[in-house]
Amino acid sequence: MTGQAFPSVDYGALAPVLIVLGGACVSVLLEALLPLRVRGRTQLGLTLTVVAAALVAVIVRATSGAAPVSTLAGALAVDGPALFLWGTLLALAVPSVLLLADRSVEPGGAFLADPVALGEAEAAEQRVAVGARAGGSSSARSSGGGGRTGRSARGQTPVESQSEIYALVLFALGGMLVFCASDDLLTMFVALEVLSLPLYLLCGLARRRRLMSQESAVKYFLLGAFSSAFFLYGLALLYGYADSVKLSDISLAAAGSLRPDSLLFAGLALLVVGLLFKASVGPFHTWTPDVYQGAPTSVTAFMAACTKVAAFGAILRVFTVAFGSTVWEWRGVLWVVAIASMVIGAVLGLTQTDVKRMIAYSSVAHAGFLLLGAMAITPQGLSATLFYLLAYGFTTVALFGLVSLVRGPDGEATHLSAWAGLGKRAPVVAAAVTFLMLALAGIPLTSGFTAKFAVFAAALADGMAPLVIVALVVSAVAAFFYLRLIVLMYFSEPAADGPTVSVPGPFTTVAITLGVVVTLLLGVVPTAVLGWADGLSFLG
Amino acid sequence: MSPTIYLLLSALLFAIGAVGVLVRRNAIVVFMCIELMLNAVNLTLVTFSRINGSLGGQIMAFFVMVVAAAEVVVGLSIIMAIFRTRRTTSVDDANLLKY
Repeated sequence: MTGQAFPSVDYGALAPVLIVLGGACVSVLLEALLPLRVRGRTQLGLTLTVVAAALVAVIVRATSGAAPVSTLAGALAVDGPALFLWGTLLALAVPSVLLLADRSVEPGGAFLADPVALGEAEAAEQRVAVGARAGGSSSARSSGGGGRTGRSARGQTPVESQSEIYALVLFALGGMLVFCASDDLLTMFVALEVLSLPLYLLCGLARRRRLMSQESAVKYFLLGAFSSAFFLYGLALLYGYADSVKLSDISLAAAGSLRPDSLLFAGLALLVVGLLFKASVGPFHTWTPDVYQGAPTSVTAFMAACTKVAAFGAILRVFTVAFGSTVWEWRGVLWVVAIASMVIGAVLGLTQTDVKRMIAYSSVAHAGFLLLGAMAITPQGLSATLFYLLAYGFTTVALFGLVSLVRGPDGEATHLSAWAGLGKRAPVVAAAVTFLMLALAGIPLTSGFTAKFAVFAAALADGMAPLVIVALVVSAVAAFFYLRLIVLMYFSEPAADGPTVSVPGPFTTVAITLGVVVTLLLGVVPTAVLGWADGLSFLG
Repeated sequence: MSPTIYLLLSALLFAIGAVGVLVRRNAIVVFMCIELMLNAVNLTLVTFSRINGSLGGQIMAFFVMVVAAAEVVVGLSIIMAIFRTRRTTSVDDANLLKY
């Protein structure tokens, strides 16, 4: 083992990742050291500061004109697309964290309460009212599905949610940043797990509807681990083929290797299954509706927006850098996947009766559209996909923020029938939902239209006309269920015992406003962002 | 003996694991099948490392082991949580979310 030099580390390029992961470690430390009373607020402040600092670092790097580098012995490539994706992820993290931190809609927060705090609250309650406690707490226990619901301190301030969620979100975010910039498959695998494991936990932490939340966590975990095993087997086969897991080495080996090509294509297929699962594309989407519905809505918002960005970032990089030279060999298979994804999303979306499930199926259809752009291995396809990810992310975060406002007596009212006549009860919320639904459907003057137009144009230019026709038809079908919700909100009478629409606190208001404004701006003046996305290219 | 036979063995183990995930009902057993798949990958990596004459594959096997250990921590805690509320770990009983 002589002559092994320590790999050079470009700290300037890595700054965003280091800030986020360092912040996550500090957050874990604070969780252990701070007293319960100040923990939640401190953690929120820390998280927002870290995300803002990382965002500043990305902007500084992007505007400084620094050359793209591959650092840490080729483990991470900090190039144009990576910086764009980092910027997108961090920008989306701001409204997501604000939604997570909201206390106005659900008193005490939407997450499980700290057992210590619960114990204190219960002890205080015991001192106040000894007699009524037994019946009250047992009913709370049964309605919460056996979990501690945090509502035991009736009449007092509700028990605060656990503040571990901030550390988990920061770790997931760090994993996402690494995932879409990783230049070799092993780094990509480790990042995949770093981003997934905190998300599995976050899904199971809802304060209300414990059983559904836990069920979604188990499903997400088992299917996620299953798919990452496929990813890993693909990695192993590609290692056997190319004697390296660096993306550029795989590309070199594909051009002239003595090993059988079956290794390359079997490896590619298994690898792509793992990636498509994370992006909830096509036939690998089965976890999406269940997890979107069962997880706390703020977590769903974070997951729907950021995981999709990170997964498609990785897909773009793998397709372009490692398999760009063999594109004619494998693209036919992906045609089928893209069509399956679009059709499944649109057709099953029609039959849904739950708003969160409906948005989940819509995200499957959108993943199909995104795959269209990702399959066109051209600069135009790359910039269109990057723009689509940014536009879709902000629309989704704002939409889930609005979903969390419509509440019945037992938490969120997500059944479609509960949304009837919302236009009369809460005109502002209904108007915002209408606007975002139009954006998802791709109506002009919204970001959805610009994004779809860019992706379809790129696909058309790369000779995928039949796919574009399918995509247009599917868009029309999908528009039906978006418009159905709008009709339901405005043209039907509100039910007598319908849900109430909470007045959002400052956090949720800011998050929703940000999403709506970005959706509008990207629809009206998309050139600024499109100009940035244009002309980016992967290193290697 | 040719190292290729280990590739066949690991493919077989991976397939056994995958089938196990699909047919078993107990969440713990499903999870063990996933671990079997990960270990099949480890065997593949080490075999290719031997065939290629490079050490990379063996290093990667260590990475996989560490990640698998982290996955066990998270996975078992989630399964524990659902066992406490439901008193069962059967994946067929977790059926509130469907269609």
